Amino acid sequence: MEVLKIATAGSVDDGKSTLIGRLLYDTKSLTTDKLEAIEKTSKQKGYDYLDFSLATDGLVAEREQGITIDVAHIYFSTQKKSYIIADTPGHVEYTRNMVTGASTSQAAIILIDARKGVIEQTNRHFFINNLLRVKEVVVAINKMDLVDFSEARYKEIKEDFQKLMGKRDYAEQRITFIPVSALKGDNVVHKSENTPWYDGETLLEHLEGLDLKAVSNIGTPRFPVQYVIRPKTEEHHDFRGFAGKVYGGELSVGDEVVALPSRTKSKIKAIYFYDKECQTASRRSSVTITLEDEINLSRGDMLVKVDDLPTVEKQFTATISWMDSQKLTAGNKYIVQHGVNKVLAKVEAVKHKIAPDYSGVDTTVDALGMNDIAQVSFRLNKPVFYDKFKDHRTNGSFILIDTQTNSTVGAGFIL
Amino acid sequence: MEISSTALDLPLAPKTALLKDTSHVNALENEAIYIFREVAAQFEKPVLLFSGGKDSITLVRLAQKAFWPAKIPFPLMHIDTGHNFPETIAFRDKLVAELGLELIVRNVQDSIDQGKVKEESGRYSSRNSLQTTTLLDAIEEFKFDACIGGARRDEEKARAKERIFSVRDDFGQWDERNQRPELFDMLNGQIELGQNVRVFPISNWTELDVWSYIKEENIEIPSIYFAHKRKVFLRDGLIWSHSDYVYQEEDEEMLEKMVRFRTVGDMSCTAAVYSEATDIEAVVQEIRDSTISERGARIDDKRSEAAMEKRKQQGYF
Repeated sequence: MEVLKIATAGSVDDGKSTLIGRLLYDTKSLTTDKLEAIEKTSKQKGYDYLDFSLATDGLVAEREQGITIDVAHIYFSTQKKSYIIADTPGHVEYTRNMVTGASTSQAAIILIDARKGVIEQTNRHFFINNLLRVKEVVVAINKMDLVDFSEARYKEIKEDFQKLMGKRDYAEQRITFIPVSALKGDNVVHKSENTPWYDGETLLEHLEGLDLKAVSNIGTPRFPVQYVIRPKTEEHHDFRGFAGKVYGGELSVGDEVVALPSRTKSKIKAIYFYDKECQTASRRSSVTITLEDEINLSRGDMLVKVDDLPTVEKQFTATISWMDSQKLTAGNKYIVQHGVNKVLAKVEAVKHKIAPDYSGVDTTVDALGMNDIAQVSFRLNKPVFYDKFKDHRTNGSFILIDTQTNSTVGAGFIL
Repeated sequence: MEISSTALDLPLAPKTALLKDTSHVNALENEAIYIFREVAAQFEKPVLLFSGGKDSITLVRLAQKAFWPAKIPFPLMHIDTGHNFPETIAFRDKLVAELGLELIVRNVQDSIDQGKVKEESGRYSSRNSLQTTTLLDAIEEFKFDACIGGARRDEEKARAKERIFSVRDDFGQWDERNQRPELFDMLNGQIELGQNVRVFPISNWTELDVWSYIKEENIEIPSIYFAHKRKVFLRDGLIWSHSDYVYQEEDEEMLEKMVRFRTVGDMSCTAAVYSEATDIEAVVQEIRDSTISERGARIDDKRSEAAMEKRKQQGYF
């Protein structure tokens, strides 16, 4: 069975946690004890209805404040698919957690409160999903029950959103609009009788129908060496295996490969998955590769096919999502973690800050604050072997680590 | 290819796993193997926290796969409350001997004897939360910088918030409001001396995924996971094991019932479930059909809405 990873996005009180709770409830994925706990707590709080957000807001501070602070991962399955939903916070101040959730997702659900329509946060959420090239976006226009299931209101919001779509730069993104009431259950799992004017799919029907191969950004094969396996035992005396995960495409025994950065050529001798030998390793498989020739490879090096080299450079420009309270400034040094490879990087220039409502760029900035998104150029102390993010989601992205605090302070998408 | 069953191998898996078009559980397996290798590469002194339960047994199998044909490059550590099911301890020792692994055991009893923690008393007494002190002391003693655990995000809602690489400060504490963003596949294991990282390779697995994997891989597990006749008593709607370690009122009648365990911790914090499932096929089917969550039978979670979060803040895994 396939697994679909989804990130939710929406402003505070747009009902993200409620929508997920509703999905769980209507697909009968909530176990009796969890449901009883929700019933009990909802009653204690004096609510008229079940507060499904209690199923996902796992931290005390979240329940106290009634908001989502950090990403929760929720799991459920149907006959057709397994789902992992990253329930991400809506507050502007937690945008970094939204980027986190979206980074591993193939689909996103952006919620809009039907009463409020498209607001600045909607722009931001769409922008981030665009930046991260999330292929499949569902715009769930929620709380339809509070606007009397008005078709006119639905169309108005849809038109407002479509204006945003004209400004995006990732045109292959697919957008689907669905009118829902997460609280009452309209068009989430069950078709609503309250929206006779809507003849599209329910949210779950839509998710069930997505073709995962079509929504994944596959790219060309890249094999970063994660760990060198040398057993040094009698039985495997000369074994020297390169353990790693195949990103993009696939690699097969006999393939001619180049090791980066040395550019030494060799051939794939064998591919192991545990004690089984296989002919081909497909993308995302964690295998161990041995080569025909004795070449020196260590963690952070990369095997690629001879006719398909990435860029090997000591500099790049990237879109950065800055996630720390300490500012990023030109001249600062950070550790760039690109896959399993770590290099020291110096910020050459903050080229321009991007307004996440698509209203333009600000070229006068030289520092970035928390949640800013900007184009930044870096100089590196060693070359990295990268692709552009638009061509290769994995090999085109990196994180920035603060050399003093060791925190992950930013995410980068190479241009 | 000829596959030999050496002392290093667990019972051999069926040779069906081709690397093309992987199933959901195979995808999870590949992700977990990747995480194990990151631990070995990024840390100097990792340890695998082993309780003898199904999740940590699954971790051992995944670690074998990650480093084959080399041995697992770190020891196992069990924080023993002294109140474990005897079947679990017997299984633990057998597994370690068969695989030639190094096992470190640290005892909660020692922490009690040293006056560091106080034994609880009364109806709900348990040593479960006392483990934290023993664990933190052991981490300091051995200077472990990464502790690999079998926690899953689907278990409990505070766990659903946890990162795969979860940084703990030099008091072993979890700062749930200030976690490192974890993007794409990139795991940031940079820490200062004294800090440690709790690593959860099976974060994205559900209970059913673990059972399906155990079945698919033919992994041996302790007998208490299968239905058996056991002396129990009933309290608060849960089935408690009768034992010297578990406080039992005189009016709590001892019964003999067909039960099994879905989750295995200490005898004082793990409740049984009624079951007729005596083999792995039946267990998988039972989990598939179940309308109660796994931790519904964890007495330690019933203490309060935030029981797990509080324990984690203090350094529990």
